[in-house]
Amino acid sequence: MNEKKNKKKQNRLIMRTVILLLMIAAIGYTLYNNATAEDVSVLKAGDKAPDFSLVDLEGNTHKLSDYKGQGVFLNFWGTWCKPCAKEMPAMDRQYEQFKDQGVQVLAVNIAQSEFEVQNFADQYNLSFPVVIDKTKSVMTAYNIIPLPTTVLVNPEGEIEQVVTGEMTEQDIKGFMEEIKPE
Amino acid sequence: MEKMQCKCGHVNPPGTVLCESCGRSLTEKEQNSKLVDMRYEGTARRSQTYNKTIVDKIWNFFSSVKVGVSLIVVILVAAAIGTILPQQQYVDVPVRNAETIQAYYADVYGSVGRVYHFLGFHDLYNSFWFIILVGMLAISLIVASLDRFVPLYRSLKNQRVLRHASFMNKQRIYAEGNGTEDTLDKAEAKLKELKYNVSRDKNGLLAEKGRFSRWGPYVNHIGLIIFLVGVMLRMMPGFYVDETLWIREGETRAIPEAPGYTLESKNFEMETYNTEEDEVFEEAIERVGTVAKNYQTDVVLYKKPDDSLPGANDLEKIEESAIRVNQPLKFDGYAIYQMDFKLNELKAMTFALTNKETEENLGELTIDLINPKNDYELENGSTVKLLGYYPDFSGFENGEPQTATPLPNNPGFLVEMTTPETPGGETSFITIQNTVEPLGENQYKLAFQSADTRDVSGLTIRKDRTLPILGLGGLIFMIGVAQGMYFNHRRFWIQQQADGGILLAGHTNKNWFGLKKDLDQVTEYASLPAYRDQQEEIEKQKKEEGEALS
Repeated sequence: MNEKKNKKKQNRLIMRTVILLLMIAAIGYTLYNNATAEDVSVLKAGDKAPDFSLVDLEGNTHKLSDYKGQGVFLNFWGTWCKPCAKEMPAMDRQYEQFKDQGVQVLAVNIAQSEFEVQNFADQYNLSFPVVIDKTKSVMTAYNIIPLPTTVLVNPEGEIEQVVTGEMTEQDIKGFMEEIKPE
Repeated sequence: MEKMQCKCGHVNPPGTVLCESCGRSLTEKEQNSKLVDMRYEGTARRSQTYNKTIVDKIWNFFSSVKVGVSLIVVILVAAAIGTILPQQQYVDVPVRNAETIQAYYADVYGSVGRVYHFLGFHDLYNSFWFIILVGMLAISLIVASLDRFVPLYRSLKNQRVLRHASFMNKQRIYAEGNGTEDTLDKAEAKLKELKYNVSRDKNGLLAEKGRFSRWGPYVNHIGLIIFLVGVMLRMMPGFYVDETLWIREGETRAIPEAPGYTLESKNFEMETYNTEEDEVFEEAIERVGTVAKNYQTDVVLYKKPDDSLPGANDLEKIEESAIRVNQPLKFDGYAIYQMDFKLNELKAMTFALTNKETEENLGELTIDLINPKNDYELENGSTVKLLGYYPDFSGFENGEPQTATPLPNNPGFLVEMTTPETPGGETSFITIQNTVEPLGENQYKLAFQSADTRDVSGLTIRKDRTLPILGLGGLIFMIGVAQGMYFNHRRFWIQQQADGGILLAGHTNKNWFGLKKDLDQVTEYASLPAYRDQQEEIEKQKKEEGEALS
């Protein structure tokens, strides 16, 4: 009789513990999801950089996956964005230094006309490829909000860092060092 | 606490109020009261008597109805406070991020706004303490229901037909008096006719109807829990999407949060009623000017092949569709709604190359503001070369024209005009209603002729995989409400004693009027003794005492 009673008590305790733990886990999971909801779509360091395929002003197609083994300095910009324009000459100078060391610069324009982009590229005499994201699909895939945003992709195709806002020449140099293949 | 043994010999769990077997009152308080407390059939709620480990203490906390009701009140008050200032998604900030939103509350509402934001009221449903409160309410619903449902279910399942006289005479509906030999048989026949389940045991009879209405509250709680699960899933990625897409006529855009899908806007249309055709609206049109008839975006939906990459130009057309208010485009669990619009953004401008002196027109050219060309050839060998294009001209910086946005709100053009008369070319900077000639006086000018415009559609992209779960939760909730509200659990106990005398008691969880109507019929048919409503008698007595005192 007593043994039966004790067993019943023990079962009850296990049952209660399981129900309470399940409920607490559900609340914890909800809190976790809620806290990370805003970062879920934004890319983080360590994520695999989504592949894309865009056409540059000369008509050449650039796929991110083509540059595997090289560091890719992915710069999202627009002609109306002043900080974008300001960092372009510095990017161009550093590109000249790093392109032979396996760092590729891709400047992704956000859905502007070829005329404006070509004019801009000519004006700043840019030597790296400038591609246009006509349907904003790459912008959407990378969840780019402010311009300029620069995504640093390492030779393994993973995101090393996401930089929003204007960069100094010193910054750019440092970032290119960071993603340079060994 | 000790087990409680009843006089009838049955051993009841600690905390029992009415003996599980015979119905005798077990506590002194119950023994002294005129009527028994029939809530939960007088069973022991384990949580009140069993309190050993920390788990039991937590369990007992959530088992309390007081705690449950307090949680509901706190949640209600918090939700009410959340409506006093606007929620963050409705505040108007130029750039939307955590800092600007925080600054908005401080700037607009002062220190009240600062506290409001600090406590998370600006985004109530996502603030951690609100989620914890709702979670605690969910725990309370489950624990309190289990603690009450299990003993109640057991007790109703194991009901005895024969109850002790003291249980019977403490029921609200009670009768005693003489009977005949066939009283129980007749009562059984009539009760069966009234759709009661009747069971007999020796000299006793138990008639019962609508027991399932007692499960109403618990079914109702199951519905609520399912509803809360649906709400919880909304916060998980992939279950819920609510995005805005502004798309201009002629544009093709990736649909946010719908990977692989692209939308092209062919046309936006806004129609209004006019007084001739739609006489019904005449009065309204005269009063307010225009009455909208239709907002519509004609779109083409494309999907990328599965192995395609973002940016690649290999769209496959899925369907053409017209999105109207309340008539969304639906695909793959998504729905795109017509929500907003902007009319008449500049799209193209037409100019005439004109001799400033003679007003001679050398031909017209149209500049597409979305996709301008480099060169424009006119008939008689004149050309206009576009040197620079600034869609939203905002002034000069270091002699360089600037554009504030990529949208053609205030287009500026730097052009070089070459005519047979001026083969060297003349440079001119043109904005709306203004021309600058930076390299000296020109013979020719571009005279503005006309402009084309296009409209912008504001679309909302929605996906909600939790809707079926929310619907199911709501349905079960309503079934529980109906079960508990529109059905009653009615019971009669009748006993014939050795001397032929009849004892009768009746109980229902609600609608005593209905119970009495049933009993009236049985009493008449089976010649039962007249019953008394003891509760009414007590109330009447109290009232009289009150009157006597005053």
